[in-house]
Amino acid sequence: MTVETVGFWLVAAVLLASSLAVVLTKNLFHAVLYLAVALVATGVVFLLLESPFLFGVQLLLYAGGVVTIVVFAIMLTERLVGERITQTSRHVVNGAIVSAAVFVAVVGFLLQAGAPAPVTERPDQLAGLGRALVGPYAVTLELLGVLLVAALLGAIYFARADD
Amino acid sequence: MSLHGYLTLGALVFAIGLFGVVTRRNAVGMLLGIELMLNAVNINLVAFSRFHADLGGIVFSLFTIAITVAEVALGLAIVIVIFRVRKTIEADRLDLLRG
Repeated sequence: MTVETVGFWLVAAVLLASSLAVVLTKNLFHAVLYLAVALVATGVVFLLLESPFLFGVQLLLYAGGVVTIVVFAIMLTERLVGERITQTSRHVVNGAIVSAAVFVAVVGFLLQAGAPAPVTERPDQLAGLGRALVGPYAVTLELLGVLLVAALLGAIYFARADD
Repeated sequence: MSLHGYLTLGALVFAIGLFGVVTRRNAVGMLLGIELMLNAVNINLVAFSRFHADLGGIVFSLFTIAITVAEVALGLAIVIVIFRVRKTIEADRLDLLRG
């Protein structure tokens, strides 16, 4: 057992447990906190996959940004204390059947596919990433900027005061 | 750990997120499930990138993360507007467009 294998099983256990807690816990606020744990665990998976840059991005944008926004939304739409924050689920059996079917389909496809040849030499990730973002993916990067501006304008439009 | 281990982990998290989207009544709870599903996709992208020594997967997951953040911000803005108008974010009671 290498360090990577032990780390993978540990992180996988944490990720699966916190993901299940996100969809099963009654308290919506606790669900967001479990989501933060799941997002950090995903970041550690990125670390295991030798992508420390993505780990940083994951922590900053997801665990920092998204969780903060969701907490704000819950505070604006629910009372933080009291019974309204509890939420119920519906169609639990049907939902379990659908998601189990999707999982079985994906894993069945995985079992058919062969394993790729192991790669021994890897290029410098950060330098390659920088070159890729201004080289072959430059137009996509610009489009992403346009998308972010459009999302910002949309959020401002929704949040405007009624008059 | 082999590529299949990471892909199976991604499929499991995706299935859990799908379960959350299908079963949650609260609109914010549904958004949390969507977050889990998008995270599972990112795990797959990064795993493929690592095992094929191709930076395209990393670039893709960077773009996915940025798009997801924009989507969450807009989705929650819509939820807040719906709450202002209808005083509820229970998805079952948002049937304004039902014929």
